[in-house]
Amino acid sequence: MKQKQGKSRTSTVVEATTSSLDRTCDLLRLRVSQLSSSPQIHGYDQERRKLLDLIRRTGTTGESNSALLIGPRGCGKSMLIENVVEELMTNQEIKDNLLQVRLNGLLQTDDKIALKEITRQLQLENTVGTKVFGSFAENLQFLLDALKSGSHSSKPILFVLDEFDLFAHHKNQTLLYNLFDVAQSAQAPVCVIGLTCRLDVVELLEKRVKSRFSHRQIHLFNNITLGDYTNLFITYLSLPDDFTDRKFVKAWNQHIQELASDQTIQGVLRRQFEFNKDVRTLQQLLMYPVCCVSDTHPFLVPADFVDGMKMQSTDTKSAMLHGVSILELCLIIAMKHLTEIYDGEPFNFEMVYSEYRKFAQRRSSMQVYEKAVVLKAFEHLIALELVKTIDGAGSRVQKEYRLLSLLVHPSQILDALQKYPNCPTEVKQWAQSSVI
Amino acid sequence: MTTVEIEEVDPVTNMSGKISCRDRQIRTLVSLIGKREQVAPPALFIYGHTGTGKSLVINSLVQTLELPHVTVNCVECYNQRFMYEKILNKLQGLRSYMADPDSYLKCDNMNDFIRMFRQVCEDQGLNKQTVYIVLDKAECLRDKEVNILPTFLRLQELTHQNVCVILMTEIVWEKFRTGTGYCEPYIVNFPDYTKDEVLTILTEDRPDGSEADFYSMYLNLLLSVFHMVCRDLREIRYLAGLNYEKYCQPIRTGEAEASDTRKLWKNIEPHLKKALQTVYLREVSSSQWEKAQQETEVGQMPSLQGLSSRNHVELPYYSKYLLIAAYLASYNPAKTDRRFFARNSGKVDKRAKFIKKHERTSNHMLGPKQFPIDRLMAIFFSIVEGKVSPTANIFVQISSLVSLNMLGQVAGDDQIDTPKYKCLVSLEFIKSVSRTVGFDVLRYLYDFV
Repeated sequence: MKQKQGKSRTSTVVEATTSSLDRTCDLLRLRVSQLSSSPQIHGYDQERRKLLDLIRRTGTTGESNSALLIGPRGCGKSMLIENVVEELMTNQEIKDNLLQVRLNGLLQTDDKIALKEITRQLQLENTVGTKVFGSFAENLQFLLDALKSGSHSSKPILFVLDEFDLFAHHKNQTLLYNLFDVAQSAQAPVCVIGLTCRLDVVELLEKRVKSRFSHRQIHLFNNITLGDYTNLFITYLSLPDDFTDRKFVKAWNQHIQELASDQTIQGVLRRQFEFNKDVRTLQQLLMYPVCCVSDTHPFLVPADFVDGMKMQSTDTKSAMLHGVSILELCLIIAMKHLTEIYDGEPFNFEMVYSEYRKFAQRRSSMQVYEKAVVLKAFEHLIALELVKTIDGAGSRVQKEYRLLSLLVHPSQILDALQKYPNCPTEVKQWAQSSVI
Repeated sequence: MTTVEIEEVDPVTNMSGKISCRDRQIRTLVSLIGKREQVAPPALFIYGHTGTGKSLVINSLVQTLELPHVTVNCVECYNQRFMYEKILNKLQGLRSYMADPDSYLKCDNMNDFIRMFRQVCEDQGLNKQTVYIVLDKAECLRDKEVNILPTFLRLQELTHQNVCVILMTEIVWEKFRTGTGYCEPYIVNFPDYTKDEVLTILTEDRPDGSEADFYSMYLNLLLSVFHMVCRDLREIRYLAGLNYEKYCQPIRTGEAEASDTRKLWKNIEPHLKKALQTVYLREVSSSQWEKAQQETEVGQMPSLQGLSSRNHVELPYYSKYLLIAAYLASYNPAKTDRRFFARNSGKVDKRAKFIKKHERTSNHMLGPKQFPIDRLMAIFFSIVEGKVSPTANIFVQISSLVSLNMLGQVAGDDQIDTPKYKCLVSLEFIKSVSRTVGFDVLRYLYDFV
């Protein structure tokens, strides 16, 4: 029904608006990518105010602060800090005054690299272009001198440390110690904001570092409801008012509103919400439908969302099991029986082979393959990581006797057997009952 | 609008004409990639079995659409530095280091990589277009430094650049997650080919001068032997090419017509079954196999002795006995030593037999057990003929057996006083060794008494 409506609208409206459709595509694709910040902030009013106040005090009065932003992945930590900094930068005084240093635990994997990066971002005098000179000790000394010689009157610096927990793994936590030490004592005004998804991050800090940290923690928890989630869905897909073609925007936004009230879409959204309610999975869900929008398919239809959902929620291991040969499937079933009989004890190839041979000789009309052929199939399963050796690769035993454990759940095996094309009946029956 | 269609759609339809049975995947990927200037998904994770056309589809997609891309095989980059330098230098269009050592970019950490990546993209005028980084065999990324995989997954955010990282692997995504989690990539599955699809694909590359019907009949016969065991397209393709000559032979000699399917089947079936045990396991190389096809009987000639049948190794006399003793020590429980090797106990008492019957699994199923050197020497002295003194040569032979990988030294707390060993040879091997010294090893094995 809905699809029909969309099509009929196509013929009337869209003819003239191919360029706006292209621009719509560009905008929507940008929204679901990692490049843009979200179109609106939901919740976090209190947290935002706290953070804004903290950074503003550093920016204007030269107060040194430190805080940790803690919350699960995809809850909007970076988004929040971007947003706060953006708002502060509208203030001309702060914009002229405040220096920013962005560090990421993934990139600055040790203190030496981090120090060079700080020097580079602050454009201190031992840098030429993007090159930084001097050894680690010199750099540290130079940086500390520069910070120490400053007083209340010098320019405040905002340090944002993304993946803060990774900085805590650096040797002696030198960088963190020095940053917090500067924030603690009367030197150049700095504001250190750490972003992390580990709730126990304070426990990672050394005692001396911990004591210098202000213990100001801002927790961000996703507390959106299904209604908010649907609203978010609408915000993400709607076009802004300052879009060129007003008529098209109106038609499009109307269409999105209709979509959101559609029964199928609501089902999809609820399912996704019950799995995971962070915004990133919503972006992931929207990615396929948004990418489907084209000249020949100008409006989103519920079927796109269902397809996208299906692509993302297939059980990957069952999908891989679907592609193994019948001999490999037999081996997996034999392993399943062994795990069930011996109560999760590890097994080796000889046991699997004898189990398989018992089945192939007595119960089936199948050809019994010789040991070397079965061993090749078995090694393929190990390569697919459906089976894992429990002793390390260093232990020197023949491959027939290496101990292994099965990494597929019995229900996944039964599930894959249902969908397996042309599966022999006796194999199916064997999977159901372990008695031979 | 029409020009756009000619540019964008035609190569793709052309491509799905060339690559059969992957229409849906190509369509999905094309829509995800979108147009040049459009933002692509930050990371795509493509998984599927070997030989399901992952690399083929991606490579021909980026080539037909002429997208700026870098393909890196992660197996080659055992060091993170190689990976960064390869991406950067390929992106700036450098063919090799030798051609232009001055403009070769050096980069050894992620921080510099991000900076230089942006620089290179700007220099090459790739700011507006999506840059694709294709990482083949992505499962190797897990063994490298922990920050590489998460950084590549959020490369778009970190570089503020329109970039898309494509990971290709045959391991499922669940096995990549570690630590505090990642930005999840967009997962695309390449399902396996069904039997019909395999037939379609293989019929396409039939040799010149053969009819499609005839060749697909041959493939049907081939699959009836191999499809139960092997789903790998490349393996089946290889076997199909290898055995086709033999299939056609009766027609060439005039024994059968092309339509006489039964006769052809009767001719090829034992041949294919033989191939399953030899060529498929790489016991016999394909050139040997082709040579053998010229003759009549396969597997009979001395030239077709497989690799594994050659397990005859020349060893010194005492080494043979040491190896036999090690085998006995590995596979017999220590409490039965007295029964087998003490001078005056020839008979097995009934109780021992009773116990054995009720044991669940044999030692040959559980694998070799470790034993101390004292036990090895005791068994050795009891089975070897004549009087042997424990000279240094005997102990050197033990350690040379370890270096030949016939014995394995087990890590223990006491390596010098009483080292422990395991025997790592098969029953077949020890049988042939004991035959050469005239020793009946089965009489002394607990499992076979």
